[in-house]
Amino acid sequence: MFDYSFQWRPALRALPDMLAGAWVTFETAALSMIFGVLIALVLTVMRQARNPLLRGVGNGWVSIARNTPSLFQIYILYFGLGSLGLHVSSWLALLAGITFNNAGYLAENFRGGLKAVPGTQMRAARSLGMSASQAYRMIIVPQLLRIVFYPLTNQMVWAVLMTSLGVVVGLNNDLTGVTQEYNVKTFRTFEYFALAAALYYLIAKLIVGLARLLSWRLFRY
Amino acid sequence: MFATSLTVNDLLFLLEGAWVTLQLTAWSILLGTLAGLLFGLLRALLPRATLPLAWVLDVFRSVPLLIQFVLFNSLKSIAGLNISAFTVGCIVLGIYAAAYFTEIVRGGVLAVPLSTRRASRSLGLSYLQDLRFIVLPIATRVAFPGWLNLVLGVMKDTALVMWIGIVELLRASQTIVTRIQEPLLVLCIAGLIYYVMSLVVARLGARLETRWQEND
Repeated sequence: MFDYSFQWRPALRALPDMLAGAWVTFETAALSMIFGVLIALVLTVMRQARNPLLRGVGNGWVSIARNTPSLFQIYILYFGLGSLGLHVSSWLALLAGITFNNAGYLAENFRGGLKAVPGTQMRAARSLGMSASQAYRMIIVPQLLRIVFYPLTNQMVWAVLMTSLGVVVGLNNDLTGVTQEYNVKTFRTFEYFALAAALYYLIAKLIVGLARLLSWRLFRY
Repeated sequence: MFATSLTVNDLLFLLEGAWVTLQLTAWSILLGTLAGLLFGLLRALLPRATLPLAWVLDVFRSVPLLIQFVLFNSLKSIAGLNISAFTVGCIVLGIYAAAYFTEIVRGGVLAVPLSTRRASRSLGLSYLQDLRFIVLPIATRVAFPGWLNLVLGVMKDTALVMWIGIVELLRASQTIVTRIQEPLLVLCIAGLIYYVMSLVVARLGARLETRWQEND
């Protein structure tokens, strides 16, 4: 049935390059998560502001990020900014697109997490004399981080999987980009991409494992 | 005010692409829902025996969808199958949706309190009757928001089938951009179409949910 001979040796010989690409993938996903969490915290505050403009911008960002494909968001940043004269590199467009997407989803997660923190905590903190920012910093946000930790881990795994979209806008040094370069040169699609799939699986498992270790350490009592 | 080379034909081309998107979504959700229902019930009712199934489905959730498309497409060529790219897209998206839906169904079935199931058995219902009349209605209501999220997620992931050559909404917008070189306008229109499709599905789902909760 298969009159195709699998040749795994070239794929395995490309492993060092693919591991270097995997490192770029991980860095991109980690950067996008860090920026995404910061922006999502700002968005969460904006969505509860009294100013309708701030509320509108916050709700609009979350709405667009959650209702449109992530590939579309990367395209708009790469081609759209280019048409306005701002020529960004593929990597920057990918990072910005994934960060935009992450911020939207994480803002929803934070909103749900904030609802899960009892309202009495805030009132008790204020009645003990803390200002609002002190109450958020010392009481609410630690409880929030504990609640949203697993959704955050899930979103980090999604960010790693989303970096594979960089190849569509021309990124050639993340894992999928390196794999596609080898594929285009040798046409051994199945071998190279199967190896890339195995590497992605290992990266995802690594992230979930690290998160579990971290949560065991952080949330210890 | 502002001049554009976008014509009505281009808009119709975009709408044709949106129709392909909807078809892909419908077929893959059909496949994924049926398979996910079966796997989810197995996972919930026979947890230890189906642990290998959980590992296999986990692979489909941990590999990027783009790579899954490419792998399946090349496997199709290696095996010499003569199916269209659309079928390949539907199968891959269906397996992807089934992998996620298994977890949703499992969560829904496990959300039925054990005491409720024991009460129904002690009232004389058989195992299958208990499943059909007690567990599945409650599990469906619990799993419905997750299923709706999955439908919206699959609809957005259909944008990736452009990599295996299917012309759906995003690829159609790229074709138009190549001709008229106005990326922002065309991509914004495509984004609007995605947003409207998403909103319609979400609203229909919300109405179904309120209809189910009428007696609560």
